[in-house]
Amino acid sequence: MADQDINHFLEGDGVDTEREKIIGQHIGYRYDVNLVPDMERCTPFLRQYMEIMGWTDLNWLEDVHMGYEEGNPAVFDRNINGWVTIPDTIELPDNQQDRDMIARELLIKFQMASGHPMVDLRKAYEKFT
Amino acid sequence: MGSVTTSHDMGLHEEQLTGRTQQRFFSASEEENFTYPWSYEVDYDKSAEFDAADMGISEINLKIRELMKSGHGSITVNNPRAKHSLGVGILNRVNLNFEGSLGYFGCGLIDGPNIRISGRVGWSCAENMMAGTVVIEKNAGSLFGAAIRGGDLVCRGQAGARVGIDQKGGTIIVGGSVGAFTGFMMQRGRMIILGDAGANLGDSMYDGTIYVAGQIANLGVDCVETELTDLDKRYLQGKLDLYDMTAPNGIDNMIKLTSGKQLWNYDNLEPTEKKLVL
Repeated sequence: MADQDINHFLEGDGVDTEREKIIGQHIGYRYDVNLVPDMERCTPFLRQYMEIMGWTDLNWLEDVHMGYEEGNPAVFDRNINGWVTIPDTIELPDNQQDRDMIARELLIKFQMASGHPMVDLRKAYEKFT
Repeated sequence: MGSVTTSHDMGLHEEQLTGRTQQRFFSASEEENFTYPWSYEVDYDKSAEFDAADMGISEINLKIRELMKSGHGSITVNNPRAKHSLGVGILNRVNLNFEGSLGYFGCGLIDGPNIRISGRVGWSCAENMMAGTVVIEKNAGSLFGAAIRGGDLVCRGQAGARVGIDQKGGTIIVGGSVGAFTGFMMQRGRMIILGDAGANLGDSMYDGTIYVAGQIANLGVDCVETELTDLDKRYLQGKLDLYDMTAPNGIDNMIKLTSGKQLWNYDNLEPTEKKLVL
């Protein structure tokens, strides 16, 4: 995984393994989910988020990485069980650590946005106000 | 019935269960929120304290919610007396301090709070935790951090069997030893064990990383030792410093365990089937 080209999943369909060839699609879970974050690469937004939450490290965002869905860079949102596409206006850095930091920042912005699907779901199903 | 009608109005019955999201719901450059839209605005400097000795479980949990609603960011609960299911379902940033021990299922399903428990905890502490920190000053029962998805879960003492069973993310740190089947069916995240590990460590783990400082009784199926990298060492040092903990024989001598991935066996139904089950 570490030796793989950083743009491997952007330039091809990612159907590499025997299992993926059988099912005809890339299994998105197979990224280096064990890559621990390099805290020196945190963005200012993430530093501010950590301060507001009272954390001195990335906490749950340690498990967030930039993935690739159907040739597009994306980040997985566990709250909607789906991939969120990274806007094509964002230029991707040439290393996974910096890409992961971008994915983390965008995921926070998406999850905390008033247009997130969880806002509507909460209105429909919440038990407590 | 009302909920069903509302969900149909929202069009959920037409939604395809592919798990693929191509629609963009927001503008990354315009959104600058740091907390969920429904969270209570709290101030860490505004503190409150109450005695839970004669209160019921629901009463205590509702009291915590009311205090958050009124802007209290630091809450101390005295005398929880090992009652079950305390501090559960908190989806807010808040500093919560339990002066005493908790029973079963304490602090489950939380997303964001920083919790400290001065005593012990029973089974399944912080089950399904999503984010935040939970620090237990003494020992923890079995199923500690079951199905945890994110955040830091720390036990300074010993923990029972099946620590981090079905772990899907986050970091579990145990200052002492852990029981059998720790890391069973682990799928993601990290576990740091500063003492010894019981039998079948990491059995059937799909992914994730387990670091052990002490002796390991034996490894479970598909759990293999891998090289401890410099990034791992930096990470371990950072995490342990954060909670004022140390590896007894130094971080360099810790053992790193990951999945051998021999049990990975997705069949051609997997992508569809998985989404339907989830």
